[in-house]
Amino acid sequence: MQPRGSILGTRVQRVEDPQLLTRGGVYTDDLVDDALASAVHVSFVRSPIAHARITSIDLTALRAAPGFVAAFTAEDLALPGARPMLATIDERFTRPILAAGTVRYVGEPVAIVVTEGYYQAEDVGELVDIEYDPLPPVVDPLAAGRDEVLLFPDVGTNTVCEFLPEHRDEQLFENCEVVVSSEIVNQRVAPAPLETRAAAASWGSDDRLTMWLPNQGAQTSQRALAALLGLDISRLRIVTPDVGGAFGAKFGADPEHAAVAWVARELARPARWSEQRYDNMLAMTHGRAQLQTVTIGGDRDGKLRAYRLDVVQDCGAYPAIGALLPSLTRMMAPGTYRFERVESAARCVVTNTTPIGAYRGAGRPEATAAVERAVDLFAAEIGMDPADVRRRNLLPAFAEPQENGSGALYDSGDYPAALELALSAAGYDDLRREQAERRERGDVRLLGIGLASYVEITGGGDEAGAPSENALIEVHPDGTATILTGTSPHGQGHATAWAMLASDELGIPIELITVRHGDTDLVPEGGGTGGSRSLQQGGAAVQQAARELADIARLRAADMLEANPDDLRIDRDRAAITVAGSPHVAVTLAELAGVERLFVRTVFTAPGATFPFGAHVAVVEVDTETGRPTLLRLISVDDAGVVLNPLLADGQRHGGLAQGAAQALFEEMVYDDDGNPLTATFADYAFPSAAELPMFQLETMETPTTYNPLGAKGLGEAGTIGSTPAVQNAVIDAVAHLGVRHIDMPTTSRRIWEAIQTATTNAEGRL
Amino acid sequence: MIPAPFEYLRAHDVAHALDLLREHGDEAKLLAGGHSLLPMMKLRLARPTVLIDIAELADLDYVRVDGDTLAVGALATHARVGEAELVRAEAPLIAHSASLIGDPQVRHRGTIGGSLAHADPAADLPMAVLAAGATLVLEGPAGRREVDADDFFTGFFTTALEPDEILVEIRLPRRAGEPWGYEKFVRRSNDWAIVGVATVAGRVALANMGSAPLRAAETERALAAGAGIDAAAELAAENTDPVSDLHADPAYRRHLARVLVARALSSAPG
Ligand SMILES: Cc1cc2nc3c(=O)[nH]c(=O)nc-3n(C[C@H](O)[C@H](O)[C@H](O)COP(=O)(O)OP(=O)(O)OC[C@H]3O[C@@H](n4cnc5c(N)ncnc54)[C@H](O)[C@@H]3O)c2cc1C
Repeated sequence: MQPRGSILGTRVQRVEDPQLLTRGGVYTDDLVDDALASAVHVSFVRSPIAHARITSIDLTALRAAPGFVAAFTAEDLALPGARPMLATIDERFTRPILAAGTVRYVGEPVAIVVTEGYYQAEDVGELVDIEYDPLPPVVDPLAAGRDEVLLFPDVGTNTVCEFLPEHRDEQLFENCEVVVSSEIVNQRVAPAPLETRAAAASWGSDDRLTMWLPNQGAQTSQRALAALLGLDISRLRIVTPDVGGAFGAKFGADPEHAAVAWVARELARPARWSEQRYDNMLAMTHGRAQLQTVTIGGDRDGKLRAYRLDVVQDCGAYPAIGALLPSLTRMMAPGTYRFERVESAARCVVTNTTPIGAYRGAGRPEATAAVERAVDLFAAEIGMDPADVRRRNLLPAFAEPQENGSGALYDSGDYPAALELALSAAGYDDLRREQAERRERGDVRLLGIGLASYVEITGGGDEAGAPSENALIEVHPDGTATILTGTSPHGQGHATAWAMLASDELGIPIELITVRHGDTDLVPEGGGTGGSRSLQQGGAAVQQAARELADIARLRAADMLEANPDDLRIDRDRAAITVAGSPHVAVTLAELAGVERLFVRTVFTAPGATFPFGAHVAVVEVDTETGRPTLLRLISVDDAGVVLNPLLADGQRHGGLAQGAAQALFEEMVYDDDGNPLTATFADYAFPSAAELPMFQLETMETPTTYNPLGAKGLGEAGTIGSTPAVQNAVIDAVAHLGVRHIDMPTTSRRIWEAIQTATTNAEGRL
Repeated sequence: MIPAPFEYLRAHDVAHALDLLREHGDEAKLLAGGHSLLPMMKLRLARPTVLIDIAELADLDYVRVDGDTLAVGALATHARVGEAELVRAEAPLIAHSASLIGDPQVRHRGTIGGSLAHADPAADLPMAVLAAGATLVLEGPAGRREVDADDFFTGFFTTALEPDEILVEIRLPRRAGEPWGYEKFVRRSNDWAIVGVATVAGRVALANMGSAPLRAAETERALAAGAGIDAAAELAAENTDPVSDLHADPAYRRHLARVLVARALSSAPG
């Protein structure tokens, strides 16, 4: 369908990589800039206790220490703090920049220490003498919900907000022959980006702040930081250097960022901050952290009728984005299935743990994990193959938008086709046969096959309305072009993708196109990169801008060539405007730009969010003697509409699959009962390496959306969403014949072994 | 994750290192590959005020045959121990053990002497030299002395090394062609063992089943008395005192020890 020679849909190599692989990126901590000369170093003294009153802070011992510049506590800072993100939440849940009077989690910043040198910070910080009067901590969200220990006694409850159905349907499962219910933990995980948080701040003589920080959207960070500092956004310029991974946790601005800006102004010196790994594990927001109760009902022949999802969202010590996640979980509750009735409720509570934020998928993986577990539980209960239960109940293919009964409008989808493709690519029947043979032989190493069918929401709008993004393209007299985008690449490959789109329209070679982003002076508006929105909105805006630019070029060329604009077309081989039928009469875009600046800024607006979908199949081997699981295969169908560059898409899918499988098998941020984090180093926080992961088998399926001319939906989070339940289901499936119905994530050797022991003991007890 | 301030000294030979150790006493720590010491210093769990770098002591980096033993210098890296033809032929258990440590970076910096002196109960080489029946050569102000691996590991991260001594050589019985077995139960390939088993020549050693690497004495006795593998392995957890941590409680560790000992013995027929 693309014109002949179009590069869209081809595996164009990433233009970003040569520099990243040779000289390396320039991250915030690497910046060399005159404005940052002789910057002081900011560090934070953090609470070692989960819940306590601060009785005294003594800073006298610091003053004589080498490199000491200044130290500050909450009393010094006259800043409002981070207000809850929902208007319905009590303002008293506001998070202070530095703990004032009470600390509520291990890692909460209590004091700021400023030193001349980076290495001195930790020595000086040790000299801060803080006395704490411990309070009883509450770590378990269910316990928090009982309000016996209160984090905010003034408010009188740990419940931050509740999302309830309009009326609870007591007859939800009335006509069901079988009803199964289970509690499921969607555990807390750490985003653990390679680049930790950082900032560099410099106030100009015009009393305007320039702040460099790794983020997912300079404009969003600008608004968030302005709110934290009580400044008008016009006094704040955000610049985004290279960003080494974000996964949702670098959206907006954190209290530490505000503190760095405040220090720079207070001391009238530029200030920098670069967080240590340990601090990052404690104080960057964590993700997920839901306790779910699923109840699913249907008939013995496999027909599903009703589904209920109850969520307790652990928000950590302060309600940040965590309090918003259950809305997305509820919206996506029914997933790809046709239930007669669906009901969901959620309650958000604070606990003495690190605040929860967005993490790859943010609210949607939790929904998929719940419903995919529920369907497997139902299949096990009625003794039916989980593939058949899914086949029986998936929504049929649709091309017109369709309500899901939980507040989402699915744009287009073909869930049965995705499932069948995944099953056949996996060789599902052969796998089941092998599984049966191993069981019959009494093999120690059993096979588990896990399925997940998913649909998720990408590119949603913000409160202001319909999802939109801007782009600006300018062609220069030397034949090069610049694209400005409001999206915020941090590894995805936008520079390649946006250059492809512009090149495809204008004929300017990719290597002559520069993509710029992340400087609010240069690009004042933008939605950043998150929620898998970039291509479908930012990419669509680039394409639209290129088309508009070609139109302007034709009009200008018409004047110059004294031709009718209707007779002119763009010649993509020469990046020129030519007269139809007489190709020798031409003017290049560069020539036009030489006469008058040639640029277009445009805004693309989509009618709504899109709903990519797919199916994953995981094959796991479980060693029944030790409990050890090994992921053997992961087959994925991720349909995100029309793919612009399969190389980039594969990269997004690989990363997503790895991260999703990691949640199922390895990762968990663990606290003890006193609120001490037990997994705050990379020796204890078990994210997998390449050695733990198989080659991924990626299958192609492209069902276009009509919501943008590219036909594209989001793909950045999809891999994470389907793979987690597929892998978890596979682990449980391996030992299901022993009577095991559920194992919480991460499905470690120990948990699997214990589940086998319990099931075997129960079976013996029944005999 | 920045160490407390310290002074850095570089030793140019063993005698110099011993002098420096004597001069700086308790304040000082030897620095070999730094892959145990530096992480502890970064977490400020260790705070030596003087580091004596012995990593450049070429006279301690060797692998050679010495009569019926294989002599390995304390500064031989894990990579070298794992890859050297001589070790692979004469002490394949040790080569295998070294090759499973951490990741390539760790193996190219970490040294066999550092690993043994550090004496992490979950580490690979301490258990492996215990199974191999190694003799460790320590050098101090009064000269050299030899300590059996059985007497070297005295407790939780503690050894028979005196503060003024250096571990200079590991002497391994040559065991070319003898069957051996090795099981390292990990979550991720570059992790420490949740439980580890090394066996050769009727000796069975366990990692992470107590405060120090230890021998599965009851299993060895049963094997010597002619018991079958499964019966002997059933006794593997006798007299062990494993810790409880994120990965395993004592009951699960004991179970793993029995399963892994059976597997290690079955892979080492004879
Ligand atoms: C990421 C990572 C993964 C790892 N994974 C594993 C693993 O899977 N299995 C495993 O067994 N280990 C593992 N290790 C530890 C690794 O093997 C260390 O290298 C080793 O334990 C220490 O050796 P070193 O030469 O680095 O010693 P150093 O760190 O330099 O020293 C360790 C201690 O020994 C002392 N010392 C060093 N040399 C001597 C000597 N010749 N005489 C007397 N005292 C001495 C030092 O003073 C110090 O107290 C890992 C380490 C890292 C960082």
